[in-house]
Parts: sequence; C-alpha cells; structure tokens
Amino acid sequence: MGAPCRQAYSETLLAIARQDPTVFVVCSDSSGSAMLGDFAAQLPGQFVEAGIAEQDAVGIGAGLANAGLKPFVTGPACFYSMRSAEQVKVDVAYSHSNVKVVGISGGVSYGALGTSHHSLQDIATMCAIPDLAVVLPADAWQTARMTESLVAYDGPVYVRMGRNAVPDVYGPGGVSGRTDPFVLGKANLLLEGDDVLVVSAGEALHAAYVGATLLRERGISAAVLDLASIMPLDEGAVLAAAARVRAVVTVEEHSVHGGIGSLVASLLAERAPRRMRRIAFPRENLVTGTGAEVFVHYGLTPENVAAQGEALLREVDAAGGAGAGAR
Amino acid sequence: MAPAPTPARNPAAPLDLDRVAALRRADLLTMIHLAKSGHVGGSLSSVDILTALYYDVLDVRPDEPRWPGRDRFVLSKGHSVEGLLCILADRGFFPRAELATYCRYGSRLIGHPSVKVPGIELCTGALGHGLPAGVGMALGAKRTGQTWRTYVLMGDGEQAEGSVWEAAMAAAAHKLDNLVGILDRNRLQISGPTEQVMPLENLADKWRAFGWEVVRVNGHDIPALIAALRGAPCRPGAPTLVLADTTKGRGVKLMENAVKWHHGVPSKEQLAEALADLGVGEVSF
Ligand SMILES: Cc1ncc(C[n+]2csc(CCOP(=O)(O)OP(=O)(O)O)c2C)c(N)n1
Ligand SMILES: [Mg+2]
Repeated sequence: MGAPCRQAYSETLLAIARQDPTVFVVCSDSSGSAMLGDFAAQLPGQFVEAGIAEQDAVGIGAGLANAGLKPFVTGPACFYSMRSAEQVKVDVAYSHSNVKVVGISGGVSYGALGTSHHSLQDIATMCAIPDLAVVLPADAWQTARMTESLVAYDGPVYVRMGRNAVPDVYGPGGVSGRTDPFVLGKANLLLEGDDVLVVSAGEALHAAYVGATLLRERGISAAVLDLASIMPLDEGAVLAAAARVRAVVTVEEHSVHGGIGSLVASLLAERAPRRMRRIAFPRENLVTGTGAEVFVHYGLTPENVAAQGEALLREVDAAGGAGAGAR
Repeated sequence: MAPAPTPARNPAAPLDLDRVAALRRADLLTMIHLAKSGHVGGSLSSVDILTALYYDVLDVRPDEPRWPGRDRFVLSKGHSVEGLLCILADRGFFPRAELATYCRYGSRLIGHPSVKVPGIELCTGALGHGLPAGVGMALGAKRTGQTWRTYVLMGDGEQAEGSVWEAAMAAAAHKLDNLVGILDRNRLQISGPTEQVMPLENLADKWRAFGWEVVRVNGHDIPALIAALRGAPCRPGAPTLVLADTTKGRGVKLMENAVKWHHGVPSKEQLAEALADLGVGEVSF
C-alpha cells in the first residue's frame, strides 16, 4: 500500500511553498483532514483559515489570486464541489482566477460517514464549467507530480483525491512501474492492446489496471488509458486507443451519469462508436460501508473489470465486430 | 399567532434524566467502539440537550414517526448522530439491537442523520443546513395554522456557515416564534478553539441583532434546559435561541475539552475507563 494522495499533496506543496512565498493555502476547519497542519504551523503567513465556510474560502481564494498569489483552497471534495460550486463557477472559472480548488477525501473515501460526505457528482458538475481544468490523481506518486505541475500552471483547476492509503499505480513501487510526468490535458496509455480498452482515472485506476492485467493473463489484449486530467480531455489519446480495440470499459469512482464513462461515450458516439460498459456508481442512495466495501459492492474491482471486459467482447463478437453494436 | 407554552407531554418520562443521559453516553461510546468510527466529542456535549428534548419537551410518537402533528427536531450538527441514534432507539423508534450495526456494511445507520431511520426528519451532515430547513418547517406550520414547534440543534463552529445567518434573518422576518434554535456552545471545533479558528463572540449579541430572543443556559443542566426550551417563545413574534454552554466530551474525563476527541474511537481500555466515569456497567445491544 502506498501513501494517501492527500499526504503526497500536502508534503509536496509545503516543500514548494517554502521556496515560493506566493503559494498560499486556504482551509475551512480542514487543515487536519487535509494534512496541512504542518503548512499552517510552519508558514503561517501563507495560510488562511476561513472557518467552516467553504463558499467564503473559495471567494477568498479568488481574491488572493487577484492580489497576485497562488492559492490552493483545500478541504473535503463533497463541500467544495457542491456548497461552493457557484464560487468555483463565477469567482474562479469565469473570472479566470489562478485558484486551485483541491477536494480531499473525495469519492466514497469517507465510507460509512455516508451520502453528505461522498462526492460522486463532482466530475459532472466541474466538467461542465468552462475554463476549469479537472484532475483526479491516482496515487501518491502521481499526486506529487501533479502538485508540482499545478503550482506552475496559471489558471483555474479543480482537483479531487481520496482520504485513504491507496496502492501505487505509478512510480518504482507501482503496479505499472511507469514514471510519466504529469501534463495537464494529457492522458497516459499505460498498456497497449487490441481487443478491449479500459479507461479510468483517480483512485479507481488501480482496479482498472489490475483488471486489464487479468484479461491479458486470459489471452485478451487489454489496453489501459489513464486520463489523469479529465478536463481538458485528451480526445486524441482516447480516439487513438479506442481505434485499435473492439470494446471499451470505463471505471470510475463517480456517479454513472456525467463522469468519465459519459465523457468517453459522448466522444466515441460522435467520432468512432464502440460498444461500452461503464463501471461506476448507480444513481441511488449507496449502501453503507467502508470505501473498500462500497467499491466491492458496486463492482469497482479488478475481477469485475475483467468480467465486464470479457462479457462485452463476447457480445461484440457475437454481433459481428467492433462498432457493430452501436450502428 | 404565538403557540401557547408547551404543556407537559410525556408523563411516563423517567424521573432521573441525568441517569438517562449517562446511559445514553455509555451507549454511544460503546457503539462508536464497535463501529470503529464516530464523532465522540460533539456527541457527548449534546446528550443532555437531546435528553431534555426527547424525554420531555418534544411531542413525538415513536410508533408513528411521521405523525403530522409531531414537533420537528433537526440535528444540524449531523456529525453528533451517535447520541441521537441511541436516544431514538431507547425511545422505541427502532430496535435497540440495531445500534450494533452502526456504520456496518449494509446498515441503515450511517455516520450522519439519514431519513432512512425512523424519527429523522432531514438528512444532515453538511453543516449549515438545519436552520434554513427549520425556518421552512416553522413557516409551514404557521401558514397552515398548526401548533407544533420546530427545534434545530447547531454547533458553534457551524456558526461560520453563512447559511446559518441567512436563515436567522428569515426567521425573524417571518416572526417565527414557533422556532427554537439551540446552540451547543462547547467552544471547540475540529482545528481547535472556536475563538482561535474563527472568533464568534459576542454570539448572544449577534443573535439578538438578528432579531432573536436569546436564553443562555448551562447545557448540562437538564431541568434548566427543559425550562428554557419550554419557556419559548420569550417574546411573541420572535424566534428563540437557547445558547447552551457545554463541555465537549462531557462526562468522560479523558475526552473533556480535548480537541483530538472531535472524532476518535475509544480503545477497549478507554471505553472501560469512560464507563467507569459515567457510573455505568458494560453495555450490550
Ligand atoms: C459544510 C461542512 N463543512 C465541513 C464539515 C466537516 N466538519 C464536521 S464536524 C466539523 C466541526 C464542527 O464543529 P462544531 O460545529 O463546533 O461542532 P461540535 O464541536 O459540537 O462537534 C466540521 C468542520 C461538515 N460536516 N460540513
Ligand atoms: Mg463546537
């Protein structure tokens, strides 16, 4: 198991902020859960506490950016993507403020704390806002690269990461062993393949990747594409990888509506139809459980990724090959 | 029209409400220990307020949770759900044995109030939602000529949410003297003392300036709480805020006024120590 993404984020940001006094953090009684206690203690002049007031925190972020600073407004993804959605839309995105809104403990990583604390509509909401980049890092290694990259990027970004320790996909200890740099708007093709393409991002990527390796063990040529930045969507990478295969499976920690599956489906439907399966959460009040239990309950597991990939390929082949089902 | 002072509604109420509160504290600590998850500090600080409400003040029917004439209660500080669940179970809204499933896979008892649970009016957990909904409930009662009342329990850290003050303004504008806000003033939030994180004082003056009557009370003195809650409205046409001075972690020495016990899970030894503090034996569900 690797480190939690939020830890990699806070450590990387603190290291950078020690050198760059324009890097600021804004919190809303969230410095503990964001692991930014050290930042607040060591760089109090670069830290702003807004109290439990997420709308105010994002607005303050927009103002700090206007003053020439680089604020990272950080707290639970559920509150920043919903409670302060309007501040993100108007004060940050439309105003083109250099604000990074960083949602921690996202997806279902709060587990049994339940619906109020899950963020499963944030990709849908944030991707519909013009000019706003949307990033879901997959593990601690990618989070560190992303943080470095976002400090250097001048523009509005929404980031979502989880709460818990997750197995590394990237880096020397990761299942893929890959060390791709983080580039906003660029997807990473982690495995090449000619039968089925698995598309994912964020903390579901590990299940997607391991599911693809299960398929490969069964003689199926499975590709894996990590979108990394959901917006801007690397359309070229999706189309190129999809062109080689007969079926596409998406895997994401989000509602089945408006997330990665929807984005990929819309793109492919317009440009190069492929039969798809979307592994995501249904539009319902989710079962109670830890994040891991909820993942298993709804099939965000390597075994289900492989099973869905196999089943979909059988359907496509029975119907006469790639794209046939969509025509 | 101002509702008449609340008559005594629960003649079967146990007399020793301090004992009842101690038992519910023991329940919630045991539940959190079993679930390995929970908001200990804020739950313990609210138990006496919830005891005053559910064993005396509120007119509710456990066997008919959606009875239209019931008083409404909203736990705006939804993270203190553990105390509420233990009280609802004890009052018979659902089987006490279910408390053992708290936060377990497949349970309807999650870590914040959910309308899946009988007796809960509103899903909460995102702070700053309770008072606006309470304004709607109280306004609905007024507009339809009903006499039930609405009670909303808030945290002090929660007071930083702007929506609290938007609702405060609306309640006064609509002359909601059938609405009672209760503030669990334990002076702590997650990151530390409220007066350091985001200073709130003078809270009483702020609420008064928004058109509310403010009654200050010791939030662990159950008879005083009952008197304050039943004494509302203090002024016809004005909503009432019961400003309850409390101690976060109340009743367990190791947890009292300790920032780190905002959330936390007592170990087996800590649970035993806590039950000893409370004068309660081992709890089973
Ligand atoms: C909108 C929103 N922001 C943040 C949180 C996370 N959170 C849960 S409890 C809490 C602190 C609450 O402090 P307070 O209101 O003083 O409650 P108490 O001390 O009684 O536990 C915070 C910030 C939340 N639940 N909702
Ligand atoms: Mg408090």
